[in-house]
Amino acid sequence: MQQHNDPILKVSNLKKHFPIKSSIPFKKSTQFVKAVDGVSFDLYKGETLGIVGESGCGKSTVARLINQLISPTEGVVEFKGTDLASLNTKDIRSARKSIQMVFQNPYASLDPRKTIEYLVAEPLVIHGIGDEASRKKRVIELLETVGLSAYHAKRHPHEFSGGQRQRINIARALALNPDIVVCDEPVSALDVSVQAQVINLLKDLQKEFGLTYIFISHDLNVVNYMCDRIAVMYLGKIVEIGTYKEIYENPQHPYTQALLSAIPKENPFDAKERIILSGDVPSPVNPPSGCAFHKRCRFAMEKCATMQPTLDTVTATHQVSCHLFEAIQQEVPTP
Amino acid sequence: MTERLLDVENLTVEFKSGGSTMKAVNGVNLQLNKKETLGIVGESGSGKSVTATALMRLIPSPPGKITNGKIHFNGRDLLAISEKDMRNVRGNDMSMIFQDPITSLNPVLTVGNQIIEVIQAHETISKKDAAAKAVEMLKMVGIPEPEKRLKMYPHEFSGGMRQRVMIAIALACNPKLLIADEPTTALDVTVQAQILDLMKKLQQEHDTAIIMITHDLGVVWELCDKVNVMYAGRTVESTTTRQLYEKPLHPYTWGLLESQITMGTQEQQRLPAIPGSPPDLTMPHSGCHFSSRCPLATDICRSKAPDLVEVQDNHFVACHLQSKEQIVARKEGIFNATAQ
Repeated sequence: MQQHNDPILKVSNLKKHFPIKSSIPFKKSTQFVKAVDGVSFDLYKGETLGIVGESGCGKSTVARLINQLISPTEGVVEFKGTDLASLNTKDIRSARKSIQMVFQNPYASLDPRKTIEYLVAEPLVIHGIGDEASRKKRVIELLETVGLSAYHAKRHPHEFSGGQRQRINIARALALNPDIVVCDEPVSALDVSVQAQVINLLKDLQKEFGLTYIFISHDLNVVNYMCDRIAVMYLGKIVEIGTYKEIYENPQHPYTQALLSAIPKENPFDAKERIILSGDVPSPVNPPSGCAFHKRCRFAMEKCATMQPTLDTVTATHQVSCHLFEAIQQEVPTP
Repeated sequence: MTERLLDVENLTVEFKSGGSTMKAVNGVNLQLNKKETLGIVGESGSGKSVTATALMRLIPSPPGKITNGKIHFNGRDLLAISEKDMRNVRGNDMSMIFQDPITSLNPVLTVGNQIIEVIQAHETISKKDAAAKAVEMLKMVGIPEPEKRLKMYPHEFSGGMRQRVMIAIALACNPKLLIADEPTTALDVTVQAQILDLMKKLQQEHDTAIIMITHDLGVVWELCDKVNVMYAGRTVESTTTRQLYEKPLHPYTWGLLESQITMGTQEQQRLPAIPGSPPDLTMPHSGCHFSSRCPLATDICRSKAPDLVEVQDNHFVACHLQSKEQIVARKEGIFNATAQ
């Protein structure tokens, strides 16, 4: 973690509201799914930032916004100082060379009719890099980097297992020498033993190529293992962000605490006290007033239903968005 | 406590596809007492779900067929009874919940109708009384405003709520055995905690035995008394949950335990991973199926399939290495050296 450098990626007040189509034709939609609602964070070179949260909290939408695959309703994504939204289509394409993605489902993300060689070379072809011979060489080099062999190049995706397909996806993401790789649940569809192989590979590649990762997952154990910093999202907002140690050892937000306590036991002797959250995640169309979490929160106060909390600083690297923390701060003034 | 509920002997299930036959389940034995919870763990393709569907006699045929074995359930051999009798057993005595609750519920029927249907299929009861019972069931699984929810359709429920409905349907006739096939895999951790909590509570209230099929050892630690570890259609290790954690004997179990990421996993440490991937079951294979990935494999492992032997009290292992050798040979991180 190099916290002192300028961030490689700066996301500020990012919002994405998807309109809900009105059932009356031509009528303007008045309701919106607030998938991402004001997310800000900095990403530093060489680090891994984890984004965790339950399904529907907006993790994947953040990933797609960063890559400009969808354009934000509001807010700015700055990559190395340039606002990506200000670029024209052509320039965005070249910016995307530096920000690549790996998706969750290795079965759906590879075209079954193409050979591995074609699939891995495709990004190079799109960006017009090299001639055919040099691309061939590069494909083999990439396959070897991710632990496959040159003879795999002529095969089709169905001949590979899930773990191998995820390796191919990683090779594809690396083809353009990106700075940032956004991994959207890269190991969720894999078996445990294979999951470990892919995680090891991701860690090795990071060391070798100095990659920066945004690692999106709902598996808290994997995130803890992979990431330097973690952002916890709830209903389109970051409720807590900090280094993995701060999040796991000193979680401040009641939601983070509940999320951590929901992780299954580590062994049969573990007598773990569990905070069981009641109810479900509320609809992002009509999020609750005030703090979005207050209806499920054990400590909810009157204030929580009316006022939205802001991100407060716990330490230089740890921020939390909760009225409770503010209240504690006021009672015990920090020296 | 020691009353035997289910005794499965040498269960073998084959699937024919194209010209080849695949033994998805190859001689599996299971024992389950009343009120007990048995976990079946394994990777995808290890045959855990096929075992469960075979117990319910729900294997699609063709292409699948139970070619061998006996299923003694509650004093009867389920493979010998007629389909009509089997229909009575399903739902009444044993029922099943599946991984994905949205595909197991009928989208065009209200949730209430689906619960009432099950109750009426097994009991002579008026629709009104069945509806009252359905409300009770929904209340039991912790669904708020059950009267209102009864008239709603599956798409109006969240994932966790749908799984609660599935549990309500499964428990509607108070079965002696509940088979849960990855019931929490599609759910978020917080919802998973809710559902596991609910299953534990209901098991105590109704004295149901549970077979829990999962790939997540965390779920096993939470809920199960005993575990069967499956690999490539066979049971490789079977013992109590605590014994499995403390003294696992099969190299595959070690790999499974070690590659599990937990909060204690050091961030600098490289994850131990089992090299390679599970074998293709359509290929003929002599020897132990795990031998190609096993760091301790010897010649005999590659030529002869090991039998499941009881090496200690209630601890069964299918491995050529003798238990003592295994414990000696078990050095922390045998999978580290070979891990790619």
